[in-house]
Amino acid sequence: MNGGIFDIPSDLQNTYWGLVGLHLRLALIPVVAGLLVALPISQLCVMLRWLYPPVLWVTTILYAIPSLAFFVVLIDYTGQTELTVMIPLGVYSLVVFVPAIVDGVRSVPQETLDAATAMGLGPWRRYFQVQLPIAAPAIIAGLRVATVSSISLVSVGMLIGNQGGLGNLLNDGMIYHQPRLVWLSVIGTAVLAILADAFLVLVRILVTPWMPRGNRKPRPVDEPEPESRPEPAAAALEDAVR
Amino acid sequence: MIRIDSVTKRYPDGTVAVDNLSLEIPDRSITVFVGPSGCGKTTTLRMINRMIEPTEGRILLDGKDLAQQPVNTLRRSMGYVIQNAGLFQHRTIVDNIATVPRLLGWSKDKARARARELMDRVGLDGALAKRYPYQLSGGQQQRVGVARALAADPPVLLMDEPFSAVDPVVRKGLQDELLRIQEELGKTIVFVTHDIDEAVKIGTNVAVMRTGGHLAQFAPPAELLSNPADDFVEDFLGADRGIRRLSFFSTADLGLLTTPIVAVDSTAEQISERSAGDVPYLLVTDVEGKPLGWSEPARLTAGAVDPERLLPYGRPFEHGKESLRAALDGAVLSPTGWAVAVSADGRVTGVVSQQTIGEAIRAAHAEGDPDGRTDGRTDAKVAG
Repeated sequence: MNGGIFDIPSDLQNTYWGLVGLHLRLALIPVVAGLLVALPISQLCVMLRWLYPPVLWVTTILYAIPSLAFFVVLIDYTGQTELTVMIPLGVYSLVVFVPAIVDGVRSVPQETLDAATAMGLGPWRRYFQVQLPIAAPAIIAGLRVATVSSISLVSVGMLIGNQGGLGNLLNDGMIYHQPRLVWLSVIGTAVLAILADAFLVLVRILVTPWMPRGNRKPRPVDEPEPESRPEPAAAALEDAVR
Repeated sequence: MIRIDSVTKRYPDGTVAVDNLSLEIPDRSITVFVGPSGCGKTTTLRMINRMIEPTEGRILLDGKDLAQQPVNTLRRSMGYVIQNAGLFQHRTIVDNIATVPRLLGWSKDKARARARELMDRVGLDGALAKRYPYQLSGGQQQRVGVARALAADPPVLLMDEPFSAVDPVVRKGLQDELLRIQEELGKTIVFVTHDIDEAVKIGTNVAVMRTGGHLAQFAPPAELLSNPADDFVEDFLGADRGIRRLSFFSTADLGLLTTPIVAVDSTAEQISERSAGDVPYLLVTDVEGKPLGWSEPARLTAGAVDPERLLPYGRPFEHGKESLRAALDGAVLSPTGWAVAVSADGRVTGVVSQQTIGEAIRAAHAEGDPDGRTDGRTDAKVAG
């Protein structure tokens, strides 16, 4: 130890940047998996209208399950592994993705769909060439919420033994009474969330050159609105503490 | 030829959208379905590209039952234009137009080259090619819609209220453009509208439908106007049926007077020579022969004609090209009761009185058979 501000206790068996990488991996893989699962579910909800309310209901119920409860159940099957942290995070993301995708796809004007059908685009082409691209802004909006909330939620993984990325550092900071470690964890998590969000805004601008400029003008620094976004994290931490 | 053979569309809740409809849509002409909302006109159109399947009956294209053909292949062979264009907002104009060629497996370059050619054909500036739909006006978007429908050069074009959502001036432009394109391409066009004026203006044949999916009358527009099948059709055609019918009579045979016309720089001698006879007014033209206004011969002084003091000449009609309706309109608009005939470049070719126009109308009615489509369609809406 040479006293650098990024030095961390050896019991974490990692460097600060290693923890950052771990944190991102734990947070983002579930989001991507959640998106891939949500796409077909949402399409079913679009095609079968009656299915949407129950699906929404189920995702909300799942979201209400505390992560600790998830861990208790999952540890029997997946042990103290990354997978045990990722599964609940992926399930939580559905509550954001399903409505975002369904609303996005439904926002495609009927005449656009009619035109696509009339020009001889079959259902698959219609989905991939028309509905999905037009729903992209809504999907990316959902992706931003899911990503930021997942980044803040990962920390609870510390509860099952060093599977919380930067959350482990928070834990250590409290055990060793070292505020520096707590700040490193909290600020590091916030910066990751902001950078990920800014990246997604950039992606949206790049993939939707067809949107009227007024709507797609990025805010100068696209903050993830700290007041509202960490709420799920706070709730989850409360759950965890309980 | 598209043959609609005893087609009925009944929905599970018992609603009958189209009731035992039979008619033949001839090739290379514009067939318009017109009627109030709920008359089944759009349903009929959508049964032609199988977006709706008939409950009973069948539709044949060139003798082949549509139901036997692969649906997407069939649709790619029929252009489709709808209200508000229904463009793909996430694609550039050129890629919107290239949609069907791409589906048919054309290379990207070839499809885009074709798309640019079509932009030109429908009167769109090539500079718009890389724009997105939101950057275009409603009228421009509708042109893109027409170009997109024509992209793969389909023999059949289905148009569902394509011009209903644009303002009247733009609509008239689009209608004229459609007629011009049709003259060049000769497609089999099926056109749905609720606007009887539009139907009369662009239709080669008009199918008037009534609520419940019944065909009330199927006839060329002139016949519709002169001889409505029943009260419903007559009511639907609205007022001014007689006047509107004049749109279908040519002015080619109208006897023009060429004597009571003087140039603005005429000498006193020429003026007195021209005012011989019992013509109450003289038409004064500029040195190029374009009309300036009417004057009583006595008030005309050589070399001192004040264009401000001339009587208005109304709206001149293009002789031989525009219809008797335009001629009558011109005569009614002028306080002198005389209409001014001009050539394509706006030079006066003669003048004609209300009496002469009235005689021509009576003669035309006596013949009974309007002289076909080419004269009437260009100005069917001019006076209305």
